[in-house]
Amino acid sequence: MSAKTADRIATGVIYAVSALIVVILAGLLGYIIFRGIGHISWHFLTSAPQTIKAGGGIGPQLFNSLFLLVLTLIITIPLGLGAGIYMSEYAKAGRLTDTIRLIVEVLSSFPSIVIGLFGLLVIVNLFGLGFSLFSGALALTVFNLPLMVRITEQALRGVPREQKEASLALGLSRWKTITSVMLPIATPAIVTGTILAAGRVFGEAAALLFTAGMSSPRLDFTNWNPLDERSPLNPFRPAETLAVHIWKINSEGLAPDASQIAAGASAVLIIMVLVFNFGARWFGRYLHRKFTATK
Amino acid sequence: METQSLTAKNIHVHYGEKEAIKGVSLDFAPREVTALIGPSGCGKSTFLRSLNRMNDTIDNARVTGEIWIDGENINEPGVDVVLLRQKIGMVWQRPNPFHKSIYENIAFGPRYHGIKNKKQLDHIVEDCLRKAALWDETKDRLHNSALALSGGQQQRLCIARSIAVKPKVILMDEPASALDPVSTAKVEELISELKQDYTIVIVTHNMHQAARVSDKTAFFYMGKVVEYDRTEKIFTNPSEKATDDYISGRFG
Ligand SMILES: Nc1ncnc2c1ncn2[C@@H]1O[C@H](COP(=O)(O)OP(=O)(O)OP(=O)(O)O)[C@@H](O)[C@H]1O
Ligand SMILES: [Mg+2]
Repeated sequence: MSAKTADRIATGVIYAVSALIVVILAGLLGYIIFRGIGHISWHFLTSAPQTIKAGGGIGPQLFNSLFLLVLTLIITIPLGLGAGIYMSEYAKAGRLTDTIRLIVEVLSSFPSIVIGLFGLLVIVNLFGLGFSLFSGALALTVFNLPLMVRITEQALRGVPREQKEASLALGLSRWKTITSVMLPIATPAIVTGTILAAGRVFGEAAALLFTAGMSSPRLDFTNWNPLDERSPLNPFRPAETLAVHIWKINSEGLAPDASQIAAGASAVLIIMVLVFNFGARWFGRYLHRKFTATK
Repeated sequence: METQSLTAKNIHVHYGEKEAIKGVSLDFAPREVTALIGPSGCGKSTFLRSLNRMNDTIDNARVTGEIWIDGENINEPGVDVVLLRQKIGMVWQRPNPFHKSIYENIAFGPRYHGIKNKKQLDHIVEDCLRKAALWDETKDRLHNSALALSGGQQQRLCIARSIAVKPKVILMDEPASALDPVSTAKVEELISELKQDYTIVIVTHNMHQAARVSDKTAFFYMGKVVEYDRTEKIFTNPSEKATDDYISGRFG
């Protein structure tokens, strides 16, 4: 067989496999969205779920998912940036940093149900934080933080060496060099990575079953005092997220329209995750143009 | 005789176990251009980068020896590296302007070093761009991205950026090798201009360039200086056979 034929066959196989993956993905997305889209309405997105009657919505769950995401990012962004900067710019290559890097890798690929159980034992029970948004955010931190560290570290390493040296050669401190020269160049990659990682957090269910809990107290959406029991902003209340809600109504939903609700909620979830993905790319490119000041 | 503005004494550089510079001592006189020439891999960049302690940023590099500037040995552990780098500017082979506007590229350094006054900064920007013969080409678009400039313009901007923090010495590592002939000529002209105010050390592979712009030339070979003398002498009547072989293109 000539090299040319071999090349053709290999190319053909690669194309076929890629096409297959695209078809499966598109089919899956299409199926979920098609099945659920009919059920999505303003009422569905904003009203509270019903236990036994039809016509329940997913308003609180949607809010919980977004709020939990924000809480998680409030914890992980500063820590992840700090640790990522340290790993990329300050840590000396050696056994210690290699070990830290290994732990970071392992943590981020931990099965989420294990993290959920760990959260139940340690965060919920041992620390006594109970089923709460805060417990959920801490559990999500366990795999979101390693991602943030890696995203930051890789983004900084991607900054051309000459950029950093040019700043140091002007007599600027290491810290000023990082904040004023390197981070602006790394920001698009960091933002893109963060939003992609946020997509995973948003769709997470297993880690939250036993940490953020499977119920939501009656929320009073006119009460914005974060310390109040019934306020949606209270981080110490239990909170069922959208993904957990889908799991719950699928397994034990009593409402007559439970399956439609699950389909609608799944479609909403998928659409949100898609929005995160495309949003991340678009926003990353926008920031890149803005920060590099290319017109 | 005037005091030397930069003196390197018995410099050794190791990358891990490997010795890249094996005991180099050179004096650089003020307001002179010194060219470092030699075959690829002989250690010119390594030596140049130890002069402003840029090798500190490479994890496995170790520099020993003394480097004197302003009566101070800057290759000592206690020295404030940040402050000393302000005295020694640097220009790289590939133009590396910051991903900022033309104005910001120049104002960035001085502002960090304490000049906050807008008028003063404007003045510095204009002055440096004029010195780099770039003012006329850029004065109407100071706030546009520096990345939109041509390679040659970018390199002159990098030179302007380095003089904005008022260094005593400027180190240049093959500053024109990535440029077209016209831009190269401009950069060479600029070097001759800057010589009146600064001590310049330039690495080059271009023998004609070394002959045109430099007052003294050091020939490096395998981590050592084989010969260091006035440029005319090196190019017309070198003392060492290896130098002669190299400049006449018989090796390297
Ligand atoms: N970061 C590094 N780690 C290990 N070895 C290095 C490193 N940088 C340079 N070297 C080695 O040190 C020696 C000198 O390299 P250097 O870059 O100083 O040469 P040069 O004279 O500037 O060459 P060129 O003319 O090609 O730029 C080479 O053998 C090179 O392989
Ligand atoms: Mg070199």
